[in-house]
Amino acid sequence: MLKTFPKGGIHPPENKLTSAKSIKKMPVPKMVYVPISQHIGIPAEIIVNVKDKVEIGQVIAKSGGFVSSNVHSPVAGVVTKIDKIIDTSGYKKQCIVIRTDAKNESNFEEIDYPLKKDITMEPKDILQRINDYGIVGLGGATFPSHVKLSVKEGTFLDYLIINGVECEPYLTADHRLMLEKAEEILVGIKILMHALHIDKAIIGIENNKKDAIDILKKLTVNDSGIKVAALQVKYPQGGEKQLVRAILNREVPKNGLPLDVGVIVHNVGTIFAIYQAIQHNKPLIERVVTVTGKKLENASNYWVKIGTPISDLVNEVGGLPEGTRKIVNGGPMMGKAIKNLDVPVTKGTSGILVISEDEASRGEPKNCIRCGECVDVCPMGLEPHLLMNLSEKGMYEKAGSEDIMTCIECGSCSYVCPSHRPLLDYIRFGKTIVKKLNTVKN
Amino acid sequence: MSTQPIIVSASPHVHSDRTSKKLMFDVIIALTPAFLVSIYVFGLGALIVTSVAIASCVLFEYLIQKYLLKTAVTITDGSALLTGILLAFNLPSNLPIWMVIIGGLVAIGVAKLSFGGLGFNIFNPALVGRVFLLVSFPVQMTMWPTAIENNTNVVDAVTGATSLGVIKEGLQYGDTMTEISSRIPSAIDMLFGFTGGSLGEMSGLALLLGGLYLIFRKVISWHIPVFVLMTMAVMTGIFWALDPEHYANPIIHILSGGAILGAFYMATDLVTSPMTKKGMIIFAIGIGIITVVIRLFGAYPEGVSFAILIMNAFVPLINKYFKPRRFGSKIKAKIV
Repeated sequence: MLKTFPKGGIHPPENKLTSAKSIKKMPVPKMVYVPISQHIGIPAEIIVNVKDKVEIGQVIAKSGGFVSSNVHSPVAGVVTKIDKIIDTSGYKKQCIVIRTDAKNESNFEEIDYPLKKDITMEPKDILQRINDYGIVGLGGATFPSHVKLSVKEGTFLDYLIINGVECEPYLTADHRLMLEKAEEILVGIKILMHALHIDKAIIGIENNKKDAIDILKKLTVNDSGIKVAALQVKYPQGGEKQLVRAILNREVPKNGLPLDVGVIVHNVGTIFAIYQAIQHNKPLIERVVTVTGKKLENASNYWVKIGTPISDLVNEVGGLPEGTRKIVNGGPMMGKAIKNLDVPVTKGTSGILVISEDEASRGEPKNCIRCGECVDVCPMGLEPHLLMNLSEKGMYEKAGSEDIMTCIECGSCSYVCPSHRPLLDYIRFGKTIVKKLNTVKN
Repeated sequence: MSTQPIIVSASPHVHSDRTSKKLMFDVIIALTPAFLVSIYVFGLGALIVTSVAIASCVLFEYLIQKYLLKTAVTITDGSALLTGILLAFNLPSNLPIWMVIIGGLVAIGVAKLSFGGLGFNIFNPALVGRVFLLVSFPVQMTMWPTAIENNTNVVDAVTGATSLGVIKEGLQYGDTMTEISSRIPSAIDMLFGFTGGSLGEMSGLALLLGGLYLIFRKVISWHIPVFVLMTMAVMTGIFWALDPEHYANPIIHILSGGAILGAFYMATDLVTSPMTKKGMIIFAIGIGIITVVIRLFGAYPEGVSFAILIMNAFVPLINKYFKPRRFGSKIKAKIV
């Protein structure tokens, strides 16, 4: 029996249309739009001016504090504008616009990085480099990686878990990366184990990616420290808490972090970015993005420069198909719907999903029939129907005591509700109010 | 590119293909075998009572919503239809038509719509309809056409009490179970449905078949039916073991009366049963205990309907005190 988390979870159709498509290089865009807030935390501070010439990989916005991250120029070119531009949140955010220098060869060089296994850097320097090179969690949460890795002296820590679950339907970016860069990922894991002074790491992969499991198992067969855990396919297993529970049978306490049970979790994409930063001096300026949808002609996976407009990606796969009604930044369960194709790819963009007419609209909400399905599927042991009701009626104190803040917003409740009730919408709303109330109280 | 606007909504952007309507129709499919057995055993009467019950439930829902409450009419969601079928299944097949209509009015008008409609009712509407009729017309509601006379064939006009009624009456007159057992159908006849009783409750086998379909389709979970029947079996088993001449054995109790119908179709009603598995188990054990207490010590020979309605009243309380375990609660913060 394969491992999984015990409570809740769903099995949406996987629709991994692009799992056999190797990662292609997206052509270098003419213009890049680089937001200064691509991570959770304080936005970076802009340190370039309009008309400045910038080199590829140059820092253009400096980390604004501890929970923040540097932003690097993904291309060599000229800063043409510093302006507010709509990003994936739908709001206007400060952005550095750079025109790519078509004559600068560094933009177009095909650098074939040879595998570099020897780790020469000191642990302290590794953490500094991860901070300097703008590395954030690439699984979608974009939490600055150095913060996660800053473990206080004396903290109990014995496992590094690598998240290769990719439980969101449609997305295949992590899957392809594990297939194509397996050895690099293993070096990346060793770098982190070295930096954290731990000797055990486990890569968690769901069983719908057997090829990735096989490759990594083969490469780690003689490795005493790194193991591969094949997991049952179940959403939302990619959630940190669910993953730690599935692999190690350790339960992260309510409102706690994996570190509370001696674990640090990193996504495979992040691990690869760390490998490149440490071994090849490359800051985080590009990432793998799955561009997919049932009606797309050439759905595939791409290496995309941060700041590339999503319209470039859509054009690359043959344009928006007839009847497109929804465009999602991310997967169908947790991704954000966007309206504007000028929105740029950021560090957190794992996929672009194009949804057509027949699947784009929601069902009309009906009365709750108290079937308890939402309670059954909630991986956090919450009662979504109750939390929705409390939010709707403005009973926020009660919602707080019913643990609304522990909701991970996986959307399983809304997915299964036979009455199409907008459970997660109300819970999200309730969470924002409860959060404010808690801040006022403290 | 299409000229229609792009939709922007919050996640999730996909939905399972389950709808309330599909759930209702799965229950209707599950009830079909028992209905066919009923038509075979009781003939036209079963068909007439069922049609009238369905028609009155749907019609009353329409009339009340449209003209009295002036709200949206919800008869297409299948729930009134299902209430009609379940009500009919709990009635004798020779009940006068006008009584069936009253049952429909009470089920939909009182038990369902006066509480706010689908999802807001505390008590199972079909059972409220049945119990209303039972206390209002006790004679007509407890005289069933019976198949005892020639054991295997379609019923004629003979009417009589159910097995449970015969047992209760016999015990009151001081008969022993050995004497009574010759007057009630065999367990095999009960299993196949050649026995007296409400229109849809007699064939244990057909009801079990439909029940398994519901569990397989994940419309209901196994917890409620299994725990209702298990509790009944254990309790009646204890009494039977202590004094087999004065208590019927568990097989008779499970196969007679509304035990299987109640356990699989009435107690599992989504709206009026608890939300969590823990809660469902408590609820089901409660139904089992109350049913047996009524059957063995109460005035009525049958107690499933009352037991379910009584436990329905406890559902809000059960939901409040038997919550799912929150992830990460009550554990030590650190592993040492």
